Amino acid sequence: MSAALSAAEITRALTRISHEILEKNNGSSNITLLGIPTRGAHLATRIAKIINEIESCDVPVGTLDITLHRDDLRTRPPKALMPTLIPSAGVDGRDVILIDDVLFSGRTIRAALDALGEIGRPKSVQLAILVDRGHRELPIRADFVGKNIPTSRTQSVAVNLSEIDGQDEVLISDGEAN
Amino acid sequence: MRHLLSISDLSKDEAILILDTAIEMARASDGPMKKLPTLRGRTIVNLFAEDSTRTRISFEAAAKRLSADVINFGAKGSSLSKGESLKDTALTLQAMGADAVIIRHSASGAPVRLADSAWMTGSVINAGDGTHEHPSQALLDAFTIRKHCTKGGGDLAGLRIGIVGDVLHSRVARSNVLLLSLLGAHVTLIAPPTLLPFGVESWPVDISYDFDSVLPTLDAVMMLRVQQERMSDLFFPNAREYSRYFGLNRDRMLTMKSNSIVMHPGPMNRGLEITADVADSARSVIVEQVSNGVSVRMAILYLLLAGAPTEIGGNV
Repeated sequence: MSAALSAAEITRALTRISHEILEKNNGSSNITLLGIPTRGAHLATRIAKIINEIESCDVPVGTLDITLHRDDLRTRPPKALMPTLIPSAGVDGRDVILIDDVLFSGRTIRAALDALGEIGRPKSVQLAILVDRGHRELPIRADFVGKNIPTSRTQSVAVNLSEIDGQDEVLISDGEAN
Repeated sequence: MRHLLSISDLSKDEAILILDTAIEMARASDGPMKKLPTLRGRTIVNLFAEDSTRTRISFEAAAKRLSADVINFGAKGSSLSKGESLKDTALTLQAMGADAVIIRHSASGAPVRLADSAWMTGSVINAGDGTHEHPSQALLDAFTIRKHCTKGGGDLAGLRIGIVGDVLHSRVARSNVLLLSLLGAHVTLIAPPTLLPFGVESWPVDISYDFDSVLPTLDAVMMLRVQQERMSDLFFPNAREYSRYFGLNRDRMLTMKSNSIVMHPGPMNRGLEITADVADSARSVIVEQVSNGVSVRMAILYLLLAGAPTEIGGNV
């Protein structure tokens, strides 16, 4: 098991992503952040905090659980559901930034796009990701990437965040992916 | 978990998982996402060999919100009324490819018979069998109590809940006693001795014949319907005497704790076990129980049907 990102590097990556989001969207006025539980939701909260400090604003932030839209439901035991909390302004006409910890096959993001389509019609949907580990199975890419980490399929990537795991770090371990 | 036949098959963690899942289902139904693709392509049969309004419609709404295909099948208008046996009905459903059967039957144990037989391979969900159990009703009652009387998560430890009236004929009471005590609540049965079942001393409950002394201590009071259609004997002298001693009226309701709630599984006999002004009062959560029922049943269908097929007896 080796560390791919330290706590300081994670903070720097999130700060850079926040600036890139603001740059691409000409400020914070029309953006809505949606984190994919569990860790994506915490990352969304952190990015919102950084953006609020830069722009002195109050950017809408929520969570989007994609479990009910997964395409692999039949192949594994049912998972517990996590909250979906959409900010009161909704998503219609907004620039929605989906936020997750790891981008791998792209299937989670496909499910998230389906879930988002049920909720409304955003002006645009962008994707921010802390770690892109490759091996896409669908034509999906991230707009904002914390770090590209080339991996083999058998390795597993664990993102630990202080809110849940006690400390910030990204670990790569060999062996069976979980 | 493959079938839902009895609350006694559930562990505390499984029961809480169902309630937690129901919270998210409720959130999904309240929001703009009314229809979810989760059970697309699954066929669910509502086999109701006994009359029902709430439970059947509630299961049907839950299945449809999860995009399952629903076939409704009642005693009237089907070959059940011609005397077709449960076995032949089940074989027919199996041949049509039912992934789950939601069964209500007047015979206690019919769902267990269906689940244990080799007649069909799908999941069996007990929607009320005779005077045995009605697990989905107990789960929606626990969901309602948890929403109103706790901070919203975890179990029901420390709550005092009264179940009042015709316990003898009530499958709702049996499932609720098992589930509420599993979740740590303190249950008191309040009924005339003639309407308490044989062996009730061995249940994990207190028993009282004095409604007025218990009512002010309760966090939730669950009124049961007097099931006249199952009464072959004379269980109380007359309806007026029953409602004087065991009915919930306005004067009694005023002695209840603040924030306590009045529940009824429906259908109500207004004027017998509960008066109309109590049933329609702000304390009554009877209509809310129905909408909670849809969310809880969505959670049950999701947890039983969405995942990979598990071995018999496998857990959630």
